Amino acid sequence: MIVAVTGVILILFVIGHLLGNLQIFLGPAWINGYAEHLRDLGPLLWVIRAFLLVDVVAHIYYTVRLAIENRRARPTSYRRKDTVKATFASRHMVMSGLIVLAFIIFHLLQFSFRTTDPRFAILPADPLGHYDVYTMMVLGFSSPLVSGFYILALFLLALHLSHGSSSFFQSLGLNNKNLTPRLAQGGRIFAWLLFVGYSSIPVAVLLGWVTLRTHS
Amino acid sequence: MKFKLKIWRQDSAKSKGGMKRYEIDQVSENTSFLEMLDILNEQLVNSGEEPVAFDSDCREGICGTCSLTINGEAHGPSHPAAACQLYMRQFKDGETITVEPFRVRSFPIVKDLVIDRSALDRIVQAGGFVSARTGSAPEANSTPIPKHNADLAMEAAACIGCGACAAACPNASAMLFTSAKISHLAFLPQGQAERSRRVLGMVRQMDVEGFGNCTNTYECEAVCPAEISASFIAKMNREYAVASLRERMGE
Repeated sequence: MIVAVTGVILILFVIGHLLGNLQIFLGPAWINGYAEHLRDLGPLLWVIRAFLLVDVVAHIYYTVRLAIENRRARPTSYRRKDTVKATFASRHMVMSGLIVLAFIIFHLLQFSFRTTDPRFAILPADPLGHYDVYTMMVLGFSSPLVSGFYILALFLLALHLSHGSSSFFQSLGLNNKNLTPRLAQGGRIFAWLLFVGYSSIPVAVLLGWVTLRTHS
Repeated sequence: MKFKLKIWRQDSAKSKGGMKRYEIDQVSENTSFLEMLDILNEQLVNSGEEPVAFDSDCREGICGTCSLTINGEAHGPSHPAAACQLYMRQFKDGETITVEPFRVRSFPIVKDLVIDRSALDRIVQAGGFVSARTGSAPEANSTPIPKHNADLAMEAAACIGCGACAAACPNASAMLFTSAKISHLAFLPQGQAERSRRVLGMVRQMDVEGFGNCTNTYECEAVCPAEISASFIAKMNREYAVASLRERMGE
């Protein structure tokens, strides 16, 4: 239940984060202004960050603890094991989750702490005096390696959520003959839409659709 | 029909087991899987070998005694059916068939394919008693039960306690079994008095026994010979949430 509740909060976060990111397609003024608004939240921003940090730590702590219990529950594995209806996603939640965690750490180092690229720390402010998030994203995603890892991580996140975004209903005790299959289908569509949405940014940068803009 | 068999052999609970290969020929396609094992055992006995130990009782899918993992699936490739309801015509001639016990820590192996499932009995015991009128049969219809509830209770009560759910679960969780036992009584008026105590007791015993946790892969309902739906697990989650809240509020 803790896993379900913390998971739902993280799902809400990834939706919000995607909506924020997609503003890159509206140009530098939009996304830089949006980032500035977030920073203007001041102490509230730190409350949200702390809340998300506690949430993600709890989600990982409890799932890892459960996964260890689950491993212990079958000390001798089957010589041959076939699955009848369990999806690939549902059987590899720990794997997809831990790789996404590694990605989140890199992602924060890259774009929040800006320790991976020396250029990010000395970016000139945009004409409105905001930190130039737009240029940072374009520079960041120009590296095929960074974009490749980003897309891979988002693929695994979508896989994780294709199970998780409907599975939490069952954990919270919501199961209904009519609704459950639709929720499962809806959850899968939702997860892959997220993947398309997030990946569109590095893909657009690599294909040269979103380029650096020089401002005088 | 002709088959190559790979069967798990283990002398006792403590000894180390391993897969052993056998070959069997001239098996009628209408032989049930357990009868095929009987034929194999006869051959083994005749050649002076120790027969393969396996569990069975009614051999008509009612008792839940048979407990084989056949080709990686609990009760074999035919669903919904117990291993005893599986026929050799469902396999290809000359096929290699892998036979293993249910592998769950809480179901220790006794010998070969025989496992000890008393953990499930202890879960049921932890549910406690049901306060019900005993003595002469009550007047029919004196306890009104809505048809819908009676149907759901009946569906849950169909569980034969074979443990295939835990065997098939990637986490070796017995939640489908426990949820069926909890739901069965929670839907009926006779089960109301001890409703909270029952779900708390049974869920806690399930954890004590060392079963894993549900990650909603629904492998359990796919192999269940009694077609118990995983919606009962959601029901158990609801029952447990309400009961533990009540307990914390001091009830």
